[in-house]
Order: sequence, then C-alpha cells, then structure tokens
Amino acid sequence: MPPPILVRIERRDGPDAPKHWDEFVVPYTKNANVISVLMEVQRNPVTTAGKRVPPPAWDQACLEEVCGSCTMNVNGKVRQACSALIDRLEQPVTLQPMKKFPLVRDLSVDRQKMFDALKRVRAWIPIDGTYDLGPGPRVAPEDQEINYVLSTCMTCGCCLEVCPQVSETTGFIGAAAISQARLYNNHPTGKMNAGERLHALMLPGGVNDCGKAANCVKACPKGIPLTSSIAEMARETTLQALRDFLYRDERKAGSGPG
Amino acid sequence: MAERYIVVGGGLAGLMTVIKLAEAGKQVDVFSIVPVKRSHSVCAQGGINGAVNTKGEGDHPDIHLYDTIRGADFLVEQPPVKGMCYTAPAIIYLFDRMGVPFNRTSEGLLDFRRFGGTLHHRTAFSGASTGQQLLYALDEQVRRFETEGLVRKFEYWEYLSFVKDEQGACRGIVAVDLRNMEIQAFPADAVCLATGGPGIVYGRSTNSTINTGSANGRTYMDGAVYANAEFIQVHPTAIPGQDKHRLMSESARGEGGRIWVPRKKGDTRDPRSIPEPERWYFLEEKYPKYKNLVPRDVASREIVHVVRDLGMGVTGEEAVYLDVSHIPADVLDRKLGGIMEIYEKFVGVDPRHMPMKIFPAVHYSMGGLWVDYEADANNDMVKDSPRQQATNVPGLYAAGECDYAYHGANRLGANSLLSCIYAGMIAGPAMISHAKNAAPKKGEVPQGLLQGAQKQWVERFESIYKMAGNENPYVIGRDMGELMQRVSTVVKHNRELDEGIQAIRGMKERWKNANVLDTGRTLNQSAAYVNQLGNMLEIAELILVGGRRRDECRGSHYKSEFDLPQPKTRDPRQDPEWMEAWRKRNEKWLKFTVARWSPEGPQVTFEPIKSLSSPILKPEPRWYA
Repeated sequence: MPPPILVRIERRDGPDAPKHWDEFVVPYTKNANVISVLMEVQRNPVTTAGKRVPPPAWDQACLEEVCGSCTMNVNGKVRQACSALIDRLEQPVTLQPMKKFPLVRDLSVDRQKMFDALKRVRAWIPIDGTYDLGPGPRVAPEDQEINYVLSTCMTCGCCLEVCPQVSETTGFIGAAAISQARLYNNHPTGKMNAGERLHALMLPGGVNDCGKAANCVKACPKGIPLTSSIAEMARETTLQALRDFLYRDERKAGSGPG
Repeated sequence: MAERYIVVGGGLAGLMTVIKLAEAGKQVDVFSIVPVKRSHSVCAQGGINGAVNTKGEGDHPDIHLYDTIRGADFLVEQPPVKGMCYTAPAIIYLFDRMGVPFNRTSEGLLDFRRFGGTLHHRTAFSGASTGQQLLYALDEQVRRFETEGLVRKFEYWEYLSFVKDEQGACRGIVAVDLRNMEIQAFPADAVCLATGGPGIVYGRSTNSTINTGSANGRTYMDGAVYANAEFIQVHPTAIPGQDKHRLMSESARGEGGRIWVPRKKGDTRDPRSIPEPERWYFLEEKYPKYKNLVPRDVASREIVHVVRDLGMGVTGEEAVYLDVSHIPADVLDRKLGGIMEIYEKFVGVDPRHMPMKIFPAVHYSMGGLWVDYEADANNDMVKDSPRQQATNVPGLYAAGECDYAYHGANRLGANSLLSCIYAGMIAGPAMISHAKNAAPKKGEVPQGLLQGAQKQWVERFESIYKMAGNENPYVIGRDMGELMQRVSTVVKHNRELDEGIQAIRGMKERWKNANVLDTGRTLNQSAAYVNQLGNMLEIAELILVGGRRRDECRGSHYKSEFDLPQPKTRDPRQDPEWMEAWRKRNEKWLKFTVARWSPEGPQVTFEPIKSLSSPILKPEPRWYA
C-alpha cells in the first residue's frame, strides 16, 4: 500500500486576510486526484498539527476539464485540479490559488475580468432572433475543425495566469479573449462584424500589449493555438487600421448626419 | 417597479428561457451558483437530436416522436414531446446560426450521427463536447443582452426558496450571495427554475458537483408537486472514479464502438490479443437490430447482468470493454476527440489503441418538478399559453432536467440538450403570458412579503452557523450517496428500498446533529452545503419511496421480482397471454408517480396520463430485440 497523501494548501480567509498554510494527510486511494483529496479533507478537516480548521474553499463543477472551474496552482503549475492525478504528482502536493485574479478565499478567485473581456471583443454572432430562419451558412469541414478547437476555450484562466503582461492591475485583455475574437471573425456570419472586434483589440490593453512570451499556448489545457490566434489578430488589426484610413470618407458618409 | 422576471440556473434551459424573455424586451435576473458558462450542460457530449433527414433515410419528426415515446415506455404526456420533436430541426438550425461549430459533411452541411434507441442518423454534434458548444452559444447571446441592459447576472448566488404570497403564488425568490453569505429577496412577475438534476444525491455520478437537486428539494418542500422521482437513468458507459464517474458518450457506439467481454470467464490476456471469435459482443448478439445502440436502460441492465450475475467483468473488475480501437484514429479525433482526451487524461491509456474499461453510472433524472402543458385537439402545443412548463404553484415555472416532462421512464441519448432548449423556448413566453393575466399588477410585490421571506432565511442560516453537533455533513452526504448507489440504481428490490427509506430517515436525524465546520461569512461552502444536504435528503427519500411504491418494471425502473415473463414469440404481440399480462400491467402502472411533501414523508399518488385519452401514439410493447 503506497503511503498516505500529503497536501499543503495556501489559505487566506478573504482578500485582506493574512496568508497561512495548512497541511493535511489523507489515506491513499487508487486514481485519486486533487479534487478527491480535497473532498476527503472536507470529511475530516484536521491538519497534520492536529488542529480542526474550516475545510478549504475552492471552485469545482464538472471534474472532467470542460467547465474550467477548478483551476489552481498545483505544485506551482497552473492547471485544473480535477485532471491532476495524485500518482503523477510530487508530494507534498502544494495547492495555491491563481495569482493574477482577485482572491475570494483560499483557492477560489474571481475571474470576472475574463467574462468582461468577452463583452469587450463582442464575442458572439449578432443573430437577428431566435425564431426559425432556416439553417446557418455552410462551413467547410476544415474551417469547422479550426473553429471547434478555438471554441473549446472554457475561460479557465491558465493563459492569463502564466502571462507576464497580466497582473491583477494591468489591462492586457489576454490570450483567451483575443482567440475568441478570432473564432467569431472566422465564422461566415461573424465576419460581418469583424471590424468591431478588431477595433476592440486595437484599444489600449489589446492585442499589441502581447509581449510574445508564448507561455499561454503551453499552459492551455485544451491545446488551443493561442499564439496563432494572437498573431492572426495582430495582422488583422494592422490591416483594419489600413482599411480605416483608406475608407475614412465612406465611413464618415455612412455614419449619417451629425 | 418595472415588470421583471427571474430565471434560476444558467444551463441550456435557463439561458434559453432568459433569451426568450430578453428578446421580448423584458428585464431578466438570472441566478446561478457558478458563472453560467460553467453550468453542467457543458458535460453533455454526444449531440442533439432533430429529424433533419439529410442522409436519405426518410427520417421525420413523427419517427423521432415515436422513438422518444417508446424509449420513455409511454410514461409521458405526448403533446410536449410532439412539440419538442417538431421544433428540433429549427432548434439545430438556430444554434447553427449562432455559430456552434457543428461537424460538417464534405458539402459543408451539418453532419448527423446515430444514437441509442433509434435506427436513424438524427444527432447533430460538435466533436464530443456538444453540450459545451451549445451552452457557449447561449452564454454569448445572453452576454449580448447583458451589454444591452436587459439581463442582470447574479453568479455565485444560490437559490434558497421562492417567495410565496397569501394566495400561494410565487412572487420572487430568496437567494444567498455565496461570496459574502448575504441573503436577499428579489421580486418577480414569474420565476423559472432551471436548476438541473439531483445526480449528487447519488454521491458519485456523471454529474457536476453542483447538481445537488437542492433547489428542487426545497421547492418541493414548499409545495411544488414532484413527479416520477424514481426514474433515474444509469448510463451504460462511464469511467469509474474516486471523485466522480466520467461519462464516455453513447456517441462512441454511435460511431461504431462495440461493447464486449472475453468469452472465457477470467481471461487475463491483453484485450488486443484476444481474437474476434473469443470475444462476446453480448449486446449485438441479443439485440441484432439495435445492437450496441439499444436504449440506455437496456444496455445498463445487460452490462450489470454480465458483470454481476455471470461474473464476467474484465480483468476481475466491475467493467466491460468499450472498444473503438478498430476505428481510424483521425476519425476518432475528429468526431470523438473530447472523450478520447478524457479517457487518456484520467485513465492514462490511449483508447484509440486499447479498449476502454467502462461500467454504468448514475447519469440523469427523468423525474422532476411536475409541469403543466396546454395542447389543442390535434395534440399541438398552444403557442404562448401560460400553462406551458408551469408548476402547480402559480407564477413558478420549471424547465430542463429539473422538470419531469419529456423523457418518461427512460431518456434517449441526445434528447436532453433538446428538451432543455425546447422547454426554455416555451417557458419564457408562458411566463410573459402569466404576468399579463395574473391578478396582481405587474411589477408590484409587497415589500413586507419580500422582507418576511428574507428574514426567515437569515434566521435559518443563523441557526445553521450555530450547528455544532458531531456529524460532519460531508460524511452524511457520502453515506447518502453510497446508500442510493446500493439500493436504487439498475436493479431494485423492495426489501432494500424499505431499508433505504429507513436509512435516509436516520440520516435526516443525523443532519440535525451536523456540525457547520465553518462559521465564516466569506464563501462559506460548508454552511451552504448543510442547507443543500437537508434538501438533498428529501429528494433521496422521494426517489426511494417512489421506487418502493411502483411494483413493476418500466424503463430505468427495474424490479426483477415484478418483471413480465419472456414472451413465447419473438414479437411479443403474437403472444396473447403475454399481451394480456402487459395490458394488465399498464392498466395499473402506466401512471405518473405524483408526490407532495409532508413532514411524515412524501405523499405519493399515481395519476393518469391525460393525453392517453386521445393519444398520438397508443401504448405498445417496448421491445428492442
């Protein structure tokens, strides 16, 4: 029987509370992952020092790496806790919250800025309505394959956590939202509003703030080609700037009186 | 105050309801315990059904309807199912227009694949994460309405109860902000619950950990009628795990995956080295027409029989092989990539080359809050009727897995995404019609009513924070899950159900002696869980009591001692004796299990299916062999 599992958790009761570490031991089970260990801690929240403490707080939902909830730093590497299998981790297993987002408590952080970024880049197809208007546009299987991968982004935050351009205070929009802009600009209907998304990416904190560290693509659990997305959007924003200049008169005329 | 609506739950059903309300220009507040983009709909893998008929098979919504009702063993009101199946092609097209990256044919058209319980290619899909893709499409549309100021999101908020006025009508909700534990009451002209299923009552299931069924449990305790609780779907193919059982989509079989065990009991050879004649494809042998794509209840029962009764589980484990290794790897990546990765990541074995080891796991609740419907003489759903998706509580609606309406005794694969969306599509307009007709003036909810409801919940949570007993609530939750797994899954026995009901009542007593573990006011997940657990125990009891009372076999509900004998002819309709027994069974049991809460336990009655008085489809034996 392998030895019990030792886990160290960085804890704070709230954003302004002092940081401390709690260490727990749970019995070894086959196929254990970080989540099953945390669940065991809930059932017996006593530290190795024998102190009864509140169970650690963390976010979780699907536990199969499609919801993005349980992202945290496991042994210093940002990833989903559900797919972090204990048998493949060095012990003690160290759990820390993501550092590039405001802390809520213990391992839970607030990723609202990622959802706000999706608003900024208008990451949607502006459909006319939900009534029956027949099928959508035809899509070549090759385009579908590219878009499918882009569309598996679960807003988990790994790409922001590893990005040197992102901090709790800086405004860089991050790879996830840039890649979503690419997704919609690559859709036959979404293309019609490509300019809006590109303009959003040309604002401060947009695609030009990327420092090309390329950490994001390595950290993405879904294998999304984030650096290609950034490169393509950078190119497209340049072309957009050119188009804006060339068609400035039409734009003015089209904008109506006033 | 202006006209307002509340939707609780941000999965497919909830967001579709939100969109229908916002599209009509209404103000909507949506409450969700997680950011809506992380709702459980993301876990749906295989696809969404709609008889678009692009494969020259002559598929038609009527055949979809027939398959669904037969799959449900007729335990459904038929008009809502008809409405759903007839709307399905338009729903798929709608999501296509929203930009969902559905898999395509070489012509650039939508591709369709096969699924269980049908002989047609009827399932549109986006890799093997179709639910995720459909949810994201709605999430994006809702975000658009959010920027337009029509939708307010309350994420990390948990529903506690609906606000009931003196007439017993729903006038809003009480919810807790999980981040600071503040409790507030919110007024509404109508409320829709889209809070999903109760899978976590079973501890480990294919469900997300947020699927506690707590909202349903509380709403049932507060007077909403719950129906068909005992009908819990056990999915045939999942990877057993310590924290949850991970689904291996039915689409694996839809794309040609095969279920087998070695013919020789205890064969320890590498499965790849076992030659074809020494493999037992038991589903193909027993069901030559549907083969591996029999409905889920049938497949799960067969797998459990092979493993537990015959002792033929592979490598001595509770498992059978699900084999896709004969399918080219590039096809697997294109059509099943998501689940290939899940198996690889969580088991550490590449299923493209090695048969997967799987076993059935609790997956879906066909039962849920009872909801009404209104149909015309042709069994067509009446557009905008306030009765669509309405619970028995005026002003309170339910949609999605938390309602009971579309899947009867067994749900067909790829019908759940569809039923969520369809229910949301008709719930939104129904809520608007309700508000238009209801006696109270729109937007006017007495302040005293809201304050009273809020105060009640503040006090209830204060008493939870003071719970200092010696029972760890998470241990009670684990015990509940293990009990439910043992007595109420694929094969049930009355003796075990009786014991189970007593055990659940014992756990309710233990709950009173629980320890809150945490008295903080920031993201106090333990206090929230103590409240959820109380509601979950009610649902658990309901599932067991319904199962105990229903002495028959129908769909997912199987009690071996009440099974009909094997018919003497291959087609049971040719065996008059069997047909007589079948008719008698239906006479007694082709009824809804309807439950009302009481402090002594669920008050269960069996109530007739009203659409069977002039049905679209007359009941017939459900037979897949």
